[in-house]
Amino acid sequence: MSLAADAPNPAPTASAARRCWMGILARASRAEIASLLQAAPPLPAHRRLRGPETGLVMARGRQGGDGAPFNLGELTVTRCSITLDDGTVGHAYVAGRDAGQAEIAAVLDAALQDPGRQASLLAAVIEPLAAAQAARAARDAARAAATRVQFFTMATMR
Amino acid sequence: MAYVAVKGGEAAIDAAHAWLAEERRGDPALPELTVEQIGQQLGLAVDRVMAEGACHDRGLAALAIKQARGDLIEAAFLLRAYRTTLPRFAGSEPLDTGAMRIRRRISATYKDLPGGQVLGPTFDYTHRLLDFALAAAGEPPPPAPQAAAEAASMPRVTGILAQEGLMQAEAASDAPPPDLTREPLAFPAERPLRLQALARGDEGFLLALGYSTQRGYGNAHPFVGEIRMGEVAVEITPPELGFAIEIGDLTVTECQMVNQFAGSKTEPPQFTRGYGLVFGHAERKAMAMALVDRALRGAELGEEADAPAQSQEFVLYHCDNVEATGFVEHLKLPHYVDFQSELEKIRQLRATALREAAE
Repeated sequence: MSLAADAPNPAPTASAARRCWMGILARASRAEIASLLQAAPPLPAHRRLRGPETGLVMARGRQGGDGAPFNLGELTVTRCSITLDDGTVGHAYVAGRDAGQAEIAAVLDAALQDPGRQASLLAAVIEPLAAAQAARAARDAARAAATRVQFFTMATMR
Repeated sequence: MAYVAVKGGEAAIDAAHAWLAEERRGDPALPELTVEQIGQQLGLAVDRVMAEGACHDRGLAALAIKQARGDLIEAAFLLRAYRTTLPRFAGSEPLDTGAMRIRRRISATYKDLPGGQVLGPTFDYTHRLLDFALAAAGEPPPPAPQAAAEAASMPRVTGILAQEGLMQAEAASDAPPPDLTREPLAFPAERPLRLQALARGDEGFLLALGYSTQRGYGNAHPFVGEIRMGEVAVEITPPELGFAIEIGDLTVTECQMVNQFAGSKTEPPQFTRGYGLVFGHAERKAMAMALVDRALRGAELGEEADAPAQSQEFVLYHCDNVEATGFVEHLKLPHYVDFQSELEKIRQLRATALREAAE
C-alpha cells in the first residue's frame, strides 16, 4: 500500500518479492519465526484489521495432470491482515490453524514492505527460514536419490 | 422409512458414552497416545482420513482418529463435520504435479525414463513378515541413506507419449470446476465432478471396483504409466493482493494409468488415461481411482459400458463412505411404528395363507 504510493509502477518486482517471503513464512512454524525474531530488530506496533481466522481453501487438481481443473479437497488455512501505524497493510494466508503464525507473518509482510526495515528483516528472518526449508527439501531429494534404481544390463550372448 | 422420536434414553446414553470414553482410553496404566504420535507414527491412517474426509489437516485428522478409537470411517465423518463449521476463503490454483518435489516416482511402462525409477519410502519389496522387533520399543532406526540428487527433471510419462501423438491430449481448460460440496450430484456428471467424488471416495470400494475392471467387468487393459508422490505447492490469489501466493505444501499421490483405446469414428487408435490424485501417500487409492476414472470414461469414448465400474450412478452414488454409513446405520434408529405395520401385515397374510391351505 505505501509502496504503491512511493513508486509509479512497483507492482512486478514488489509483488514478486512479497510472493517470495509470504511463501517462506507460510511454510515456517510460529516457533521458528519467533526464535529468529529474537535476533532481529523489534517489529513495529500493529493493529489487527481482520483475523487471525481459520477457514478452508479448496485445493484443485487437473484431470490427467494437465487438463481441466477439478476440486480435490479442502485444506485448513489461517489468514490475518494487520496495519502498521504508518498505514502499511500486511497480509498472511498460511496452511494450517496456527493463528499466531498467521499474525506474525502478516506483521512481517507489512514490515518487510518498509524499505528501511526490509534488508535487516530479510537477513535475520526470511533468509534463514528459506535456507532451512531448502535444506529439508534437499535432504528429501537426497534420500529419494538413494532409492533410485540403478539397472544392471546383462551382457547378452551372441 | 419414517422413524419416531423416542424419549427416555438420556441416562442410558450418558452411561454408554462414559463407557465409550473409558474404552477409548484403554488401560490407564499404559501411556496415553498423543495426537502428535498418531500424526507421526500412524501417518498413512492420517492420510486416508484426510483424503476421505476431504479436508487436509494432519492435526485434525489425527485427533479424529484418536476420538474414533481408530475407526477411520468414523474419523473421516468427524473431519467432514468439522469442515462444515469453517468458511471457505478461496479455491486454489490447480496444483502443478509436474513440478512436484518427488519422493517416489515409478513407471511400469518405461524402464529408463528421464529422472529414473525412484522407489521412495515404499512397502513394495518388503516380505510382509511380521517384524517382532517393532513389538519391543527400541532405538530409532538409523537414518536412511542419501545420495547426490541430480537436478534431472521428471517429465510425465503421459507427456512422453503425447509427444508422439500416442496419448489422447487433455483439453486445455481453466473452467471453474463443479463442486459437489456446494451442488448435489447430477447426472450425467462431467469428469471434473467425477474426479472430486472419487478423490474423497472410499478406498475399499474403489479398490474393489478397480479390481473388477481388471477381471473383466469393464474390459480394461491398464498399465501404470506413472505413479508419483511428493510435495506440491498450494497457490491462491487473494483479491486483496491481486497476485498469486504460496500458502504451503501438500503431499499428494498421483497415478497416470495408460489404457489402450481402439479408436472411434472421430478419434484414431491411441492411449487414453485414467487419472488418480489423492491427498497424502495413498498409492492404492490413487491407482484404484485411476482405474475407475478410466472405466467411467467409457461412454464418452464410445465404448460399451455395462459393467458396474462404468456406471456413473452406481459408482458416484455409492463411493462416499460417510453417506453410505449414514444410510446403512440409520437402520439402527427406532423404526417401531414402521415395524408394527409390517408385523400386522405379515400376521394378516399368514392368517389368510393358513386359512386357504386349510380349505
